[in-house]
Amino acid sequence: MGAALPVVKALREFLPGRAILHEEEDTRPYECDGLTAYRQLPMVVALPETEEQVRRVLELCSAMKVPVVPRGAGTGLSGGALPSGEGVLLSMAKFMRILRLDPRARLAVVQPGVRNAAISEAAAPHGLYYAPDPSSQIACTIGGNVAENSGGVHCLKYGLTVHNVMRVRGFTIDGEPLELGSEAADAPGYDLLALAVGSEGMLAVITEVTVKLLPMPQCARVIMASFDDVEKAGQAVAAVIAAGIIPAGLEMMDRPATAAVEQFVAAGYDLEAAAILLCEADGTSEEVEDEIARMQAVLAAAGAVRMAVSRDEAERLRFWSGRKAAFPAVGRISPDYYCMDGTIPRKRLGEVLTFIAEMEKKYGLRCPNVFHAGDGNLHPLILFDANDADQLHRTELFAGEVLEKCVAVGGTITGEHGVGVEKINQMCVQFGPQELELFEAVKRAFDPRGLLNPGKAVPTLARCAEYGRTRVHGGRLPHPELPRF
Amino acid sequence: MSLSQFQDRIRDAAARKSPLRLRGGGSKDFYGNASRGEVLDTRDYVGIVEYEPSELVLTARCGTPLSEIERLLDGSGQCLPFEPPHFGAATFGGCVAAGLSGPRRAAAGALRDFVLGVKLVDGRGRALDFGGRVMKNVAGYDVSRLVAGSLGTLGLIAEASLKVLPRPRYEQTRRLELALPQALEAMNRWAGEPLPLSATAWHGGVLHARLSGSEAAVRAALPRIGGESAEGSLWAQLREHTHPFFAPRGPLWRIALPSTAAPLELAGEQLVEWNGALRWLKCTASATSVRAAARQAGGHATLFRAEEKSAGAFPPLEPVQLRLHRALKDAFDPAGIMNPGRMYAEF
Repeated sequence: MGAALPVVKALREFLPGRAILHEEEDTRPYECDGLTAYRQLPMVVALPETEEQVRRVLELCSAMKVPVVPRGAGTGLSGGALPSGEGVLLSMAKFMRILRLDPRARLAVVQPGVRNAAISEAAAPHGLYYAPDPSSQIACTIGGNVAENSGGVHCLKYGLTVHNVMRVRGFTIDGEPLELGSEAADAPGYDLLALAVGSEGMLAVITEVTVKLLPMPQCARVIMASFDDVEKAGQAVAAVIAAGIIPAGLEMMDRPATAAVEQFVAAGYDLEAAAILLCEADGTSEEVEDEIARMQAVLAAAGAVRMAVSRDEAERLRFWSGRKAAFPAVGRISPDYYCMDGTIPRKRLGEVLTFIAEMEKKYGLRCPNVFHAGDGNLHPLILFDANDADQLHRTELFAGEVLEKCVAVGGTITGEHGVGVEKINQMCVQFGPQELELFEAVKRAFDPRGLLNPGKAVPTLARCAEYGRTRVHGGRLPHPELPRF
Repeated sequence: MSLSQFQDRIRDAAARKSPLRLRGGGSKDFYGNASRGEVLDTRDYVGIVEYEPSELVLTARCGTPLSEIERLLDGSGQCLPFEPPHFGAATFGGCVAAGLSGPRRAAAGALRDFVLGVKLVDGRGRALDFGGRVMKNVAGYDVSRLVAGSLGTLGLIAEASLKVLPRPRYEQTRRLELALPQALEAMNRWAGEPLPLSATAWHGGVLHARLSGSEAAVRAALPRIGGESAEGSLWAQLREHTHPFFAPRGPLWRIALPSTAAPLELAGEQLVEWNGALRWLKCTASATSVRAAARQAGGHATLFRAEEKSAGAFPPLEPVQLRLHRALKDAFDPAGIMNPGRMYAEF
């Protein structure tokens, strides 16, 4: 164990032996998260069970200048929980309790290792639920959701994690206690809660989260609309919103995606359609009937060639089952797939899809598309075989070009999966050196020695200069003001 | 005024370590602690940068009158869902910097929930872009939401992009006579049910509730709320503090509490909004006792309007919080020239 020895010894002072893993066979399961292309064995894995133990792990690592990487369920798709080879992987998996569920105040106080779906399950008897529903919700934990500011298929209407978390408690890297936000409407001072949500474990370690619970809608119905042209489907999305409707869910899938899904779950999708839209209305039954009728009229005018409206809850869930299973379904038709996460202004959808089609030809790889159409969040899935080094390389180039296209049309490289290690180079495209420098300064305000989750989310300027040297677009170097080496 | 003129002005002030007082329409001069420094007037930096109703995003320059933005949105059947107060000739930038929300906050979310991106001129005069003009964006730290409500202490919000929503198609206001404990019970019960409740307010033994949405949904919800039909003009009065309760007589406290907190045992007239989460109090008791009562109840108290604010407009920060605030202030504004003292005397 070599380098691990002093850390392991120091951890044993306050953690039971079973909560410290350092043999390779024990640390192997922690070598990657949902982004399996990147792997690294951690030096030590610590599995504390109490807040005091978390505080002491942090205090110890801070004193010994050992990096700390926090981890929830490890379902993240951007490598945010990729271990540091010289560091402690801090697993929050044992923080699994729902501490308090207050139906009258419509909130739940939970530990970070509680699964997203478990909150809604616990709230259901009270007619309440936790709104953000990432597709990994049966496995992913609320701590990870806070770190990544996770979304889901209902966030156009109900918001992201940042809109549904009231308060977090935790520690700085030095083990100082921290409470951000409040169970009141707001908290004094700067909105540090908003800063912490989506900070990818770079600013603090969270040990407790207060989430908002919403009343479950009385009912929901979904329209499945078919289009003979992807561009038309995109225009239909804009038309729904222009008509003053905020659907509870508004999703698009193209034909390659529906074909993959249909083999897998038989959701009843129209395989003739170039693209399908799923438009959901929820609320009181009066509201839903009204909104479904209005959406049908808009979709018909926008050129929908076929429409089906869910007749009951079973059918509604069946229509959604395909969308929710899109990633595993694609996983069955290809040895590997690479999921992108750019967000674009909706009006540029046609242009971006055409670009993706060109990239499929350029790199000789297929790429079905699923799309959170309501909020402009694209998930193109590049199909490849990781055992073929050249395919992996082409996939990375393909994905990089698509993300840079998203930035070029006024969008972003990540809508909900986070930067992690995966998109760190594209951060250099999205932000200039001054913004990156300010991000660094924000990081230093919380973690002056850069020990929390180092190397994630925000690239160094030197890294950007290096990346820029390898990617010259139109003869113009990004960041020409930086020294090259 | 152009962006580069703002930048020059800020760079110059930073070099001289001379404080700047960022100011739009001056409608919220009363809010926070007293400002000092030369005025940096934003009212010449105006214009809608981008607005396409089907994208649900509006981007505008800081000096644009808030009323002009609301008129533009209204023309497309849209609105700022958090119903920000104007309190006079408010500008868009001032609205974001103050971070205040109106009656619909408990149902729709606060201003910060609708912030998508900002162009910020920091204390070194650098024009920086954070966030963007899309609904979902998790690239980099969420600096846009951090600067919302920071009262100009982290930089000049030169431009901001906000998410906008369709205006409710139909509204009804109901009136019920209830004592405060029963009103708190009712508001929290309604908020836990799937009702199109968009605002609540209690004052002087009367609870008002507003329902907004499709006509069918609002009508179907009326029996659940009960009471009698009432004027909808109340909500604008609450939003703009033109309601008689807010007539300037003594200190006005804004107390943010968990919505289910029991009525505060403090002398003075109260007006309650946001399902119980916002309690306005007219009270001459010491700041220490008001703040202690608010803290006891799980919230905090802001001295919103007062002749005399020596106790500080905002409740003191805990030591770790204060250290983080100072470190962030230092990161954005190392010379300490942007609205110093407006939020806290320490920075």
